[in-house]
Amino acid sequence: MNKLLLPIAVIALVLTACGKKDEAASPAAGVSAAAAPAEEKVLNIYNWPDYIPEGMVAAFEKETGIKVNYDTFETNEALNAKLVAGSTGYDIVVPGTAFSPAQVEAGFFQPLDRTKLKNYGNLDEAIMQGLNKADPGNKHLVPWAWGFTTVGINRTKVEKALGKMAMPANAWDLVFKPEYTSKLKSCGIAYLDSPTEIMPPALHYIGKDAYSNDAADHKAAAEMLGKVRKDIRLFSSTMIDDIAGGKACAVIGWSGDINIAAGRAKENGSKDVIEALLPSTGGMIFFDSMAITKDAKHPANAHAFIDFYLRAENAASVSNEMSYPTANKAALAQIKPEVAGNKTIFIEPAVAATMVPPGKLSNEGREAMANAYTAFKKGK
Amino acid sequence: MPGRRFVIGLPFGWLTVFFLLPFFILLYISFVEMGSDIHPFKPLWDSEAGELRLKYENYLSIFRPADGSALFRTIYVDAYLRSIGYAFSTALLCLLLGYPFAYFIARANPGLRPALLMMVMLPFWTSFLLRVYAWKGILADRGVINQCLMWLGLTSEPVQMLYTSVSMLVGMTYVYLPFMVLPLYANLVKLDLRLLEAANDLGASPWTAFWLVTVPLSKAGIVAGFMLVFIPAVGEFVIPSLLGGPENLMVGRVVWDEMFTSNNWPRASALAVSMIALVVLPLAWYYQRVGDATDEPLRAPPAVDSGG
Repeated sequence: MNKLLLPIAVIALVLTACGKKDEAASPAAGVSAAAAPAEEKVLNIYNWPDYIPEGMVAAFEKETGIKVNYDTFETNEALNAKLVAGSTGYDIVVPGTAFSPAQVEAGFFQPLDRTKLKNYGNLDEAIMQGLNKADPGNKHLVPWAWGFTTVGINRTKVEKALGKMAMPANAWDLVFKPEYTSKLKSCGIAYLDSPTEIMPPALHYIGKDAYSNDAADHKAAAEMLGKVRKDIRLFSSTMIDDIAGGKACAVIGWSGDINIAAGRAKENGSKDVIEALLPSTGGMIFFDSMAITKDAKHPANAHAFIDFYLRAENAASVSNEMSYPTANKAALAQIKPEVAGNKTIFIEPAVAATMVPPGKLSNEGREAMANAYTAFKKGK
Repeated sequence: MPGRRFVIGLPFGWLTVFFLLPFFILLYISFVEMGSDIHPFKPLWDSEAGELRLKYENYLSIFRPADGSALFRTIYVDAYLRSIGYAFSTALLCLLLGYPFAYFIARANPGLRPALLMMVMLPFWTSFLLRVYAWKGILADRGVINQCLMWLGLTSEPVQMLYTSVSMLVGMTYVYLPFMVLPLYANLVKLDLRLLEAANDLGASPWTAFWLVTVPLSKAGIVAGFMLVFIPAVGEFVIPSLLGGPENLMVGRVVWDEMFTSNNWPRASALAVSMIALVVLPLAWYYQRVGDATDEPLRAPPAVDSGG
């Protein structure tokens, strides 16, 4: 009896302590956010890799005296897992549209204080209206950049590997159709390593809703993918290096990353032509948006950074240097002509119409997607 | 004696708070429903409907495929079996490599032993992650081994070693070897050499004496080393994700995927609880039954009549 008593007492004690803490924490947090006399001069940002021009953080630090801790994640899933668990420690996170609508709905983000965002008006009205679907009233999300998931190739190598075969009309064939993949495996096919990046194009390719919540659709897509599984060399989280470094010649990747890789290969003196393709059936549009986490310890600093980012010159530099189109209308005038003229960065309206807009997944849909993806990935 | 009670109570309290309590949380989550929106799970007590929602399906789904095909043909069962297979092979390889190793150290000049032991421990001083990464460099297509093979003309194309079961076993054996060597050494160093002399006097060859005297006496060390390698190897996550290919899906990765990719905490918890039930409980039972007995011969001289 005595032996049992102590552990039980300890458990009871810990449980009551936890319970009390939860109750006490929420009002306290509200008060401190409202009053917030002097916020610590620190800001924690969690963003995608290769997504910010060099020197932008330093410029912000110099101007405001706020120390920025800049950390990166590689998949939406990884970010979501942190948000779900809570207390991330990050003030600004940059989720993609595969997850952000559900995250907004779940209350992971705090509403923005527009009075602190003087440059908010720089944003493109049309894009904000589109984003309104993900975030009703545009209360939480401020676009960082956007882009599309598509097929990227090293044209020189792909043409060599295909030999007499002509390039397909639909670029997705290169990574989804056995006739092509069996040829391209010799120079390497790489997929992004995340269900929400690979399953939507696969679903779209077989004629289903790209953001289907139906397990049967996912099974069908996984079957299609299963036929090309043996030809896939890499599930990559370092796409830019993999294309630029020659580990892969055909990839499913993000438009901007493929363009960055093209630039990097050129810098390294490679003569190979690397390009993002515009599939006839469309790429998968995504918007990555900044949001301030619910439990952010430095909301004022976060607003300061978002406002800093919304300045035309800063938004423009992201497009200029990271090859992702900006949603900042005022920035468009400052985009370099070679970037503005690149039709795989700033896509033409006719092409934009073919693209697949972001959709919303339920938890069940996401699970069906993840299961189908795992089954596909492990089979060889 | 309050001091004694305190000394014993401290680790017990620690284990209660940091092991038992999290385990109960895991057990709780393993019986609830998956959340309908982004929240990973619903509470067990549905306060709106006023009813208890116990979802034992989380466990059933581990063994029953969702599409109604044959029982046990799920990726989870698959991953369990593969994990146990790899862990067993790793433990066996560690034993084969570690036994001569430990034997040599135990027989070495006593002045030399601390230095030799230090060499076993030394790798622990560098980051585990770095050591596994180093193997990537050694085994890669353009890595050290392949470069050598191609230079020697033994092969024209690089032999794929990285991201195969070979690289997994190499990495896991490498990392877990010290856990085998140390308990074996502790056991072998206590071996009474007079027993070997006696065996020799009675006409046993060194080889026979080794098999009939040394190995049985070191059984406790073998079992301890085997368990120390096997148990963590079953749940190993880092080595398979760095050195294994996507087809070498192990249970650690499956739990990770359920938790972080599918956002299905209940099933991830059910998988973890099942793993404890499938691996730890049989071992605990084994220890209870056999573990105590293996210590006996160390204290008493070997029972001669057991051969009868």
